[in-house]
Amino acid sequence: MSQSAFHTALLDPATPAPEGLIDPKGRPAGKRFDVYRNNVVVSLSEALAEAFPVCQAIVGEEFFTALAGQYVRQHPPRDPRIATWGTTLPAFLETFPPVAHLPYLPDVARLEQALRESYHAADSTPVDPSTITTESRFALAPAVRLVQSLYPIHAIWRFTRGDGPKPAPQAQSVLVTRPSYDPQLTVLHPQAPAFLAGLAAGETLEEATPDGFDITETLTALITGGALTEPQL
Amino acid sequence: MSRISDFRLPAGVGVGYKAQHFNELVSAPGCVSWLEIHAENYMGDGGRPLAQLRHLSERFPISVHGVGLSIGGEAPLDPDHLARLRHLCDWLQPASFSEHLAWSTHEGAFLNDLLPLPYTEATLTRVCDHIDALQATIGRAMMLENPSTYLAFAESEMEETDFLAEIARRTGCGLLLDVNNVYVASTNQQREPLDYIEHFPLAAVHEIHLGGHDEQADEHGDRLLIDSHDAEVVDPVWQLYRETIRRSGPRPTLIEWDANIPPYAELEAEASRAAAILEPVAA
Amino acid sequence: MSKTVKTLAVAASVAAAMTAATTASAQSQEKCFGVSLAGENDCAAGPGTTCKGTSTVDYQGNAWTLVAAGTCADIELPEMADGTARMGSLEELDRDLPAS
Repeated sequence: MSQSAFHTALLDPATPAPEGLIDPKGRPAGKRFDVYRNNVVVSLSEALAEAFPVCQAIVGEEFFTALAGQYVRQHPPRDPRIATWGTTLPAFLETFPPVAHLPYLPDVARLEQALRESYHAADSTPVDPSTITTESRFALAPAVRLVQSLYPIHAIWRFTRGDGPKPAPQAQSVLVTRPSYDPQLTVLHPQAPAFLAGLAAGETLEEATPDGFDITETLTALITGGALTEPQL
Repeated sequence: MSRISDFRLPAGVGVGYKAQHFNELVSAPGCVSWLEIHAENYMGDGGRPLAQLRHLSERFPISVHGVGLSIGGEAPLDPDHLARLRHLCDWLQPASFSEHLAWSTHEGAFLNDLLPLPYTEATLTRVCDHIDALQATIGRAMMLENPSTYLAFAESEMEETDFLAEIARRTGCGLLLDVNNVYVASTNQQREPLDYIEHFPLAAVHEIHLGGHDEQADEHGDRLLIDSHDAEVVDPVWQLYRETIRRSGPRPTLIEWDANIPPYAELEAEASRAAAILEPVAA
Repeated sequence: MSKTVKTLAVAASVAAAMTAATTASAQSQEKCFGVSLAGENDCAAGPGTTCKGTSTVDYQGNAWTLVAAGTCADIELPEMADGTARMGSLEELDRDLPAS
């Protein structure tokens, strides 16, 4: 029997176990084949739930399991690293009708994905803060991520974790930094993403600063988050 | 290919490394003398997983256990994944590398399970080619692990023990004997577990696995054991382990506990049980 | 804003950020001990029942009513900046259910 036939039956519970798979008495494998079906779909669904715990809490465990079952079948991992699987979940959620009434959910998934990527990103050495001047240029550390949303994703993230008040409607941009090994979230001023984009493009601190924007808070978050490294020459 | 220097685990007891046990492992590991990691969890660019692994590798011999290469897959091995395995082995210089007699990838989709193979000449040729490719890539001999199986293929022509012996002969790879898998698969195939051990090429074995399983029944009411790694090792598996090392001599022995992970003390107690069986044989 | 004023403002921010950052970094210490993020590879089989992965409930529209179990019913975002009026209420959910 081909692995193709095995694979097709694994992912489609309506298909009977392929012929040629038998129990010790030579009978069709039946429930014995279901063990493999279970392993594939449940192990991947559980891995997705562990990777996106806030999304899971927002929709509830049973709903997430059903959603994950669909995602697993439509977007299985493309390589064996579970830690890198799930990058397409936000886009999947955007087009998945049963969550259309939760328009913030894809951006919350983006935030959780940003946390995962930051956690596994390369280590880097931050610049010595005492050397920073208005003329300094930087590269952003590999663990830095920025998630911009029309929705209060940071407030939703905290509320869902039982760690903040009920979210009020507002757009939020969230900076992810990783000062040592634990990613941290900082809500940014609406003008901060333009400032970060300037820095990332290699502009000096002064060039990157939008006119009239006080960078103190953002710069503090970047320095304490170890987000500023020497520019690549 | 097989060089004794490719298998450097001590003939003591190791445990599958879980991050929640990091503190105990660096402060009071008890009888645990080596660690096994799943290769695919250490393929990120940096951060805590790699930092912890570097730290542990200064204190313990490390066994790298791949769970995703799909050695039994119909397609050629994924060159990107081979490169990732080589990179890990290059910087970590582990005491051993092992993988499974199974497939897990089809047309680029990774299924996250160790799927079964028919024991035919075609499978044998393919698996040997893939092991040759892997061993050439990482520059050392690997160990291949016997699977836990829940069903059989009508087309199989060979016994699993003969199949594994022939792979070891052709490729020079070592074997990893999972005694719990022997018990699970033999029970599921309604065979005698000790017969499997007696037919197994024990001279090629450089590591033994022990772990817990779950007991269910199929639709006919026949026993169906699931290789769940979520509980203590059961008495018949301890007995089978005792019989195995009585025949093979002492071998590095691993306690695998991957789900419902217990506090370290409980895991270490399982390791102590294995050590109590292993040490008199080693003496 | 004039060039000089901006330069002075940015320079002042650099000084202020440096002070704030120095205070913060004295409190954190880099080490590899600590909580790890889950979601990893392992080689165990699912211990649950064999029917978990064969359930077809995820193909049925009624599965999606399970959403009430989560926190989304408590998150009300009636009017967003872009004008979309949405909230995670049960009424909304019923209306959005796919045909089953």
